[in-house]
Amino acid sequence: MKPVVIVGAGPAGISAARTLLDYGIRACLVDEGLRGGGQIYRRQPEGFQRTAQQLYGFEAGKAQAVHRTLDELAPLIDYRPRTLVWNAEDQRLDLLTDNRADSVEYSRLIVATGATDRILPVPGWTLPGVYSLGAAQIALKYQGCAIGERVALCGSGPLLYLVAYQYAKAGATVVAVLDSAPFSAQCRALPALLGQPATLAKGMYYRAWLTAHGVPVHQGATLAQIDGVQRVSGIRWGAHTLACDAVAFAHALRSETQLADLLGCAFAWNPLNRAWLPTRDSAGRSSVNGVYLAGDGAAIMGADAAQMAGERAALALLEDAGVATDRHRPAVLEQQLARIQRFRLGLETAFPFPEKWAAQAPDNLTVCRCEEVSAGDIRAVVDDGHWEINRVKAHCRVGMGRCQGRLCGLAAAEIVAERSGRSVEDVGRLRGQAPIKPLPFGVQVQP
Amino acid sequence: MGLFKRLAETARPVVAFTLDGQPASALLGDTLLTAVLTCSEHLRGSDFSAERRAGFCLMGACQDCWVRLEDGRRVRACSTLLEEGQAIRRDPGRTA
Amino acid sequence: MSDVIVLGGGIVGASAALMLAQKGQRVTLVERDFCGSHSSGVNYGGVRRQGRPLHQLPLSQRAHQLWGELPGLIGIDGEYVRCGHLKLARSAADFAALHAYAERTREFDLGLQLLDRAELRARFPWVGDVAVGASLCPEDGHANPRLVSPAFARAAQCHGAVVHEQAEVVRIKHDGRVFQVHCANGLHLHAPWLLNCAGAWAGSVAAQFGEPVPITSAHPAMLVTEPLPVVMDVSTGVEGGGIYARQVARGNCILGGGRGFALGPRQARPGQAAVLEILRNAAELYPFLQGAQAIRTWSGTEGYLPDHEPVIGPSSTTPGLLHGFGFAGAGFQLGPAVGEALAEIVCSGASRQPIEAFSIRRFQA
Repeated sequence: MKPVVIVGAGPAGISAARTLLDYGIRACLVDEGLRGGGQIYRRQPEGFQRTAQQLYGFEAGKAQAVHRTLDELAPLIDYRPRTLVWNAEDQRLDLLTDNRADSVEYSRLIVATGATDRILPVPGWTLPGVYSLGAAQIALKYQGCAIGERVALCGSGPLLYLVAYQYAKAGATVVAVLDSAPFSAQCRALPALLGQPATLAKGMYYRAWLTAHGVPVHQGATLAQIDGVQRVSGIRWGAHTLACDAVAFAHALRSETQLADLLGCAFAWNPLNRAWLPTRDSAGRSSVNGVYLAGDGAAIMGADAAQMAGERAALALLEDAGVATDRHRPAVLEQQLARIQRFRLGLETAFPFPEKWAAQAPDNLTVCRCEEVSAGDIRAVVDDGHWEINRVKAHCRVGMGRCQGRLCGLAAAEIVAERSGRSVEDVGRLRGQAPIKPLPFGVQVQP
Repeated sequence: MGLFKRLAETARPVVAFTLDGQPASALLGDTLLTAVLTCSEHLRGSDFSAERRAGFCLMGACQDCWVRLEDGRRVRACSTLLEEGQAIRRDPGRTA
Repeated sequence: MSDVIVLGGGIVGASAALMLAQKGQRVTLVERDFCGSHSSGVNYGGVRRQGRPLHQLPLSQRAHQLWGELPGLIGIDGEYVRCGHLKLARSAADFAALHAYAERTREFDLGLQLLDRAELRARFPWVGDVAVGASLCPEDGHANPRLVSPAFARAAQCHGAVVHEQAEVVRIKHDGRVFQVHCANGLHLHAPWLLNCAGAWAGSVAAQFGEPVPITSAHPAMLVTEPLPVVMDVSTGVEGGGIYARQVARGNCILGGGRGFALGPRQARPGQAAVLEILRNAAELYPFLQGAQAIRTWSGTEGYLPDHEPVIGPSSTTPGLLHGFGFAGAGFQLGPAVGEALAEIVCSGASRQPIEAFSIRRFQA
């Protein structure tokens, strides 16, 4: 009997595994991480001493609950940490653990692949000392480190203020917070945000705390340039310059959708996320029979929603497998998810996508850091008559490097759209190609 | 000088390693990335300009923190924990 | 009204459009997707004569001349290099086969050099010990198909050809004199000549005109490594097949071998088994790749006839209809010469190169 496989041991994947086990199904839970928890509830290595309160703040209780659940599940299910899914084909996932290639067949599959930061490059962003906001948070949470002595945090989205708060609280010197969203946008968003008063209150708390502790917060301030030779020496925005030795920036998150793509899931344009995302019904069923999507890997909704979506997808899987499940639970979960979705609309208003980014990106800006493709290189291809993103990639190599366009794909699409006078939707999406992450020559293939 | 600054968890046991042949030390539980960037300023040179890179995403996505171990293995520094005595080599990159 | 309608914007169709436009013909090219986005644009990029069947060599030699004039033809160098093609033998029998091929092709002046084990080691020290000898064709080479194939279409356009991309042909009619081509997007074309260069999809056009061919599709498995120090100074293949590899100036090694599978009529992907097999074979033949990372895999859709030879030349049923398809994964190098041959038939009634061996009549009982 082929197992149910779950990819990703973050809030969505763990919650799905828990739900399945409640109904007697021992899933195979595959995760790249060392100790599970996903990025948001990533656990520090063994032997570290900080308390959950110190690591996760307001979310300590939730993080601990997720970790406890995984610890309880681990001996009862087929939990495979440190394992990358590099390909999917024919009801089978191809796996890579250290240097060993293996595969697992599945009867049904829950994809909970999570998200990474959404990056809109700025000049200087490849310098040592520049990181994504998520990276800055991981350095602290997972390693007890700040990314530098004098840190500037830039971009927009809820993570911006959270990281600033966590850094300052941990004793780092945060020299500036640059929020590209104007204050007026956040006022406009207030009605929608009031739908989740607790989350709103946390955001306001971080802001107030930063101000009270003398951390300079600049709203409507767009990071224009990161200066430095061999490492960061400062930043510029508007008419301002500021010395610092580290910068973290991002504009919210983007879904990791490569696996869903290789599985053949249908994609549709999602205006809220400003991205092509795999389609799913309200329960998480993808367009492919037996494949379910949950968490930020399907659309950005945050950890609480991911947990609910993981449970909902597991219940859908059980229903589809003919297992009798709690009849009322799905509706409750779907209502809660709908509420969070409305809150997400508010967040997009509060932290709007910087529409002018593409037009303002200078020609010499490196967009693709793997292949070192500049905005000007991309524009030249567009000027030559190309506008479909895979064609643009074929001509100038943007998104063709080691990361397969994870970091630059969305930014490149924005530039192509702006230059060609088309919508970002029209430009299309980079096709997923195995391996999802690099596959070494010399890999030992398990028989 | 290092890039990263340790703010917490500094009481861990010391782990010795070498970086491009030079002796260095870090703490037990450090990733290779933390170990290297607390004592130096980069992880690799880029493939086409030899420009210095020091990782970016710290979550295994950007593929900009690959380093080489003495046994020939290549690993993502951000998602590999340091072991006693490891010899880490940084690829200098090339100018195309 | 055009003089010629070309179906398919691959390297064959686009070359034909370019050569026709250069000869003053009014050409319209229709491409269902994007020019050079299928097998012409995603193939391995080998530009090789070595190893081809003898009757392909006249066309291949002419193509070799055209490749030598590439920047003049298409306006870019397309990363084309004449670095040599090294065909490796893994056994004495394979090496004997390479000797025999060199003998058979002597009149074509391919300049083949046979290297025994010691000579191979001395000249190409990066080749794995599993190779016992090799045949080098010094003037063969490789190019970037992603750039070259679309550039032929672009060059055709620059010479006055009209190129319609994303124009799927839904109906073709012929009244005995003029072809009418209707596309899904409403495009409606007429011309006395129709060139069927629709690659793996060309069979339906041939069938419509009463000359069905047993064409099938196959999908190469391809992968590329991260950029590596430049080691490989020739493109390589293996007698008996199985794997081929080259390295581009940026350092990426491109390897192919085995077969992928179709995801649908237009999309294909290398299978997991083929990818792992390439990695395994590479360990023997290209040991310097140990520890390198494969960063991307891809495939395409190639048309194959049972004898692995293309169909080139006039229709046996319909005046004005010409075929150029079914290159069995080996059409990239030939493409420009095939396009030229088709253009010559239109303009002067006959190709300068012998193409009888590729007639569609061979499938008629």
